[in-house]
Amino acid sequence: MRRYFGRKLFIYALTFIVAVTINWMVPRFMPGDPVLRMLTRTSVSNPDAIAPMRAYYEKVFGLDVPLWKQYLNYWAELFQGNMGVSVWLFPTPVTDVITGAVPYTLALLLPSILLSWWAGNKVGALAARRKWLDNSVLPASYVLTATPYMWLGILLAWSLGLVAGLFPIAGGYSFDRQPTWSAAFLADLLAHWILPFLSLFLVAFGGWAIGMRNLIIYELEADYASYLEALGAPRRLVRRYAFRNALLPQLTGLALQLGVIVAGALVTEIVFGYPGLGSLILNAITNQDYFLLQGVFLFIVLGVLIANFAIDVVYVLVDPRTRIGMQGGSA
Amino acid sequence: MIDSTILAEAEAGHLPLAESKTREALHYALRNRKVVGGLAVVLAFLALGLAAPLFTDHGPNDFVGPPAAPPSGDYWLGTTTFGQDVFLQFANGIRSTFLVGFLGGGLAALIGMTVGFVAGYRGGLVDELLNMLTNVVLVLPALVVLIIFHAYVGVTSVPMQALFIGAFSWPWVARAVRAQTLSLRTREFVDLARLSGMRTTAIIRREIAPNMSSYLVMTFILLFGGAVLFAATLDFIGLGPTDVVSLGLMMNSAVRWSALHLGLWWWFVPPGAGITAIVGSLYIMNVGLDEVFNPKLREE
Repeated sequence: MRRYFGRKLFIYALTFIVAVTINWMVPRFMPGDPVLRMLTRTSVSNPDAIAPMRAYYEKVFGLDVPLWKQYLNYWAELFQGNMGVSVWLFPTPVTDVITGAVPYTLALLLPSILLSWWAGNKVGALAARRKWLDNSVLPASYVLTATPYMWLGILLAWSLGLVAGLFPIAGGYSFDRQPTWSAAFLADLLAHWILPFLSLFLVAFGGWAIGMRNLIIYELEADYASYLEALGAPRRLVRRYAFRNALLPQLTGLALQLGVIVAGALVTEIVFGYPGLGSLILNAITNQDYFLLQGVFLFIVLGVLIANFAIDVVYVLVDPRTRIGMQGGSA
Repeated sequence: MIDSTILAEAEAGHLPLAESKTREALHYALRNRKVVGGLAVVLAFLALGLAAPLFTDHGPNDFVGPPAAPPSGDYWLGTTTFGQDVFLQFANGIRSTFLVGFLGGGLAALIGMTVGFVAGYRGGLVDELLNMLTNVVLVLPALVVLIIFHAYVGVTSVPMQALFIGAFSWPWVARAVRAQTLSLRTREFVDLARLSGMRTTAIIRREIAPNMSSYLVMTFILLFGGAVLFAATLDFIGLGPTDVVSLGLMMNSAVRWSALHLGLWWWFVPPGAGITAIVGSLYIMNVGLDEVFNPKLREE
C-alpha cells in the first residue's frame, strides 16, 4: 500500500514542482516582456518616468536578484500563501480573488463530472449489444463528444436562454441581488447554474457512454463471460460482472480526462459569464493581470492533482487485485 | 478526446489480431460505411477550405456587405455586425483548423511514439525516466498550461499554436505505444532481428512499428481531432493567432460582439457545427478503421 501511494505521490509532487517551475520560468525566459507590457498599459506620457517605473516593477517582481535566488524566493512566497496582488482588482491579493471564485467552479465541476460519469456508464452499458439503442445512443454520443464545450454552451444559451427564455444566461446570480442565504437567492443561483452545468454534462456524457459501450463489448467476449453463459448464468448476471470489470478502465479514464473537463468548465464559464476560475482567466488575460493568471494556473494544477489522488484511493477500494498486490501477494 | 478505451486495450496487451496486409485493409476500408462516410465529410470540408480563396478576391475579414444581414443568395451564411461575409470567414477558417490538426496532431504523434518506443524497447533506467516524464505531463492539465504559454508568448500564427499543442498532448500516446512495445519486444521475430545484429532504431522502425501500424494511424486521427478542439478552445478564449481567421476566432468575435443577444445565429452556429462535423467524422472514421483492422469487430 505504502509503495503504491508513495509512487503516486512522488509523481504528483514532481508535477507540482514542474508546474511551479513553469510558472516561474515562463515570464522570465519566454520572448515577450511582461514588465514592458505593463508599462505600456499605464501609458506614461513622460519618457523620464519610464526608467524609475521599470525599476519599481522589477523590484515588485523580485527581478533585481540573481536567478537562483529569485527561484528560491518564489517558493518561499508561495508557501506563505502569497501569490502577489491582482492588477485587475487592485489591491486585492490574488489568493483572495481566487478563493472567491473557486466555489462556483467546484459547484459546476463536481456535479457535472460525477453525474456524467455515472449516467454515461449506465447508458453505455445498456447500449452495448442492443441494436436499436446502440444505433441511437452511439451516433448521438459521437456528436456530443466531438462538440467543442463552448459551442454547446453558446447553443444552449441561445436556444434555452434567449429564444425560449427559460433560463438566465449571464452571471452566477442576478445582478440586482446580494448574496445571502435566502431561499430566493438560492433559487436564483440554481437557475443560473443549470445551463452551464447542462453543457458540461452533455459533452462529457458522450465520451463516457462510448467508452463504456466498447468496454462492455470487450468484456462480454472475454472467457469468463462465455464460461458463465455456458454454465447457464442469466444474462443479467453476466452483464453485471462485465459492468464491474469495465468500470476500472473507466475510472482510469476519468483521471485522464480531468484536465479536459476542467478546460471545458473554464470556457463554459466564459460563455455564461459564470463567476468562477474561467472568468478570472479571461479577465486576467484582457487586463494583462499576470499574477492572477499564474495564481489560477497553480490552483487548477493543485486541484487536478488532488482529484487524481482521490481517484487513486477509489481505485484501490474498488479493485481488490491492487490491494492483494500491495500486501505482498502476487498480483 | 483522450480515448481511454484505446489506452485500456493497449495496456491490457490487446493487439489488433493478425495485422492485415495493406491491400486487404484497403479492401475492407472501402467497403466500410463508417470509414467512407467519415472520410467523405472530412475531405469535403478540406476541399472547401482549400478552395476558399478562389471564391472571391477580397480577404475574409474585409467589410463587404450590409451589417448583420441574414443568409441570402449573395451572402450564403449572412454577414457579421460589421458586414463581414460569414461564409468567407468559415471557408477560410477551415484551413486553419486542418493545419492546426495536422501539425499539432503530427507533432504529438511523433513525440508520443518516440518516447513510447524508446521507453518500451530500452527498459531499465531510460524507461523509468521517460515514464516519469510521461506521467508528469499526463497529469498536468494541458489546456491551462497552454493558456499560460499563449498569454505570455503571444502566439501569432497557426504553426506556432500547433507547436505548443503538440508539445503537451502526447503523453497518453506514449503510454499506449510503450505498453504495446513491451508486449512485442519479447516476440521471437524481434529476438531474431536482434541476433542478426540490426540496430535498435532499425528494429523499432522495421520490426516493431509495422506491427502496430494500424494502431498508430488511429492514434494520429484521435490526436488530430484533439488538436482541433484545443485550438478552437484557445482561439475562443482570445489567445488565438492574430494573422488569420479560424473557426474558434469566429466564435470568439461572435460572443464578444453579442451576436447572441442580437439573434445573429448564422454567425455562431456554422463555426461550431464545422468543428463538430470534422471532429465527429474523424472519430466515426476511427471506429470504422478499428473494424477494418480488427476482424473480430466486423459486423456480419
